[in-house]
Amino acid sequence: MSGVMKRMGMIFRAKANKALDRAEDPRETLDYSYQKQLELLQKVRRGVADVATSRKRLELQLNQLQGQSSKLEDQGRKALALGREDLAREALSRRAALQQQVTDLETQHQTLQGEEEKLTLAAQRLQAKVDAFRTKKETIKATYTAAQAQTRIGEAFSGISEEMGDVGLAIQRAEDKTAQLQARAGAIDELLASGALDDSSGLAKDDIQAELDRLSGGTDVELELQRMKAELAGGSAQPQAIEGGAGQGQTQSQPQDTPRFDKQ
Amino acid sequence: MIVRIMGEGQVKLDDGHLTELNKLDDELLREVESGDEQGFRRTLGSLLEAVRRLGTPLPDDSLEPSQLILPSPDASLEEVRDMLSDDGLIPG
Repeated sequence: MSGVMKRMGMIFRAKANKALDRAEDPRETLDYSYQKQLELLQKVRRGVADVATSRKRLELQLNQLQGQSSKLEDQGRKALALGREDLAREALSRRAALQQQVTDLETQHQTLQGEEEKLTLAAQRLQAKVDAFRTKKETIKATYTAAQAQTRIGEAFSGISEEMGDVGLAIQRAEDKTAQLQARAGAIDELLASGALDDSSGLAKDDIQAELDRLSGGTDVELELQRMKAELAGGSAQPQAIEGGAGQGQTQSQPQDTPRFDKQ
Repeated sequence: MIVRIMGEGQVKLDDGHLTELNKLDDELLREVESGDEQGFRRTLGSLLEAVRRLGTPLPDDSLEPSQLILPSPDASLEEVRDMLSDDGLIPG
């Protein structure tokens, strides 16, 4: 679409940036008000022109009537000169009727003239008001545009500062997390070392296994100790134990510590 | 689509009517550019009548941005031409 509608719309839109909200831009409204005032001014001017036209028309009618009145007066004079008083009377009575119309029209003319002057004054005042509004409108528009720009700048700044804040916060978070992880690692090491925490690697043993190991380890130690004691007690200990069954009859008749061979 | 008739108010139009209105609108623009006063008056009347007929008037207290704007019914060809010129009747 490139017709009047579109182009007028574009012109209005170009003059009214609707960035701030969905409502009609106040500048567009101001421009529209100004446009309406111009229209009103034009109507007043048309009114002035209409009144002036009527006044001129009345003046023409007045001239015409006054012409007729003069003519009737002349006719009356001629009728009298010719001795026709009756005709002169008729002419003068018609002239009197015309004079009444003239008087009425003159009153109307004066009224119209007054109206015209008032309207002309009103048009001048309105023109001054429209001019003043135009100046004010431009000031308001400029202020609005500046305020809008200021808002955008403010938004941009706060946006930037928010971003900066985010970056700072992210760094802070990262630092906190690192410190937390380090602390946790340290704590885990300590807990693992103290046995309060299971080692998921499987290298560490639980307490039950540790006790079983300790007990079985202790049993082995005891067995080993007995074996070593037996060895120290002499080589007989083990053979005695081994041969005990074969020399059972002898032990009953002789004490065990008696030597079997007497060299005396 | 919201259309403003200057001096009258806004009407809401279904987009489907745009093709019909576009023909009149383009014709109006040609008449403005060629200075055809009679054609302009006739086409503007037809266009405004079509917009009024096809559209739904918006209440006076609604503030909707207008996508399209039409001259007032009594706007003269010169006025519309001025409005369409760079500076237009509306300064700024």
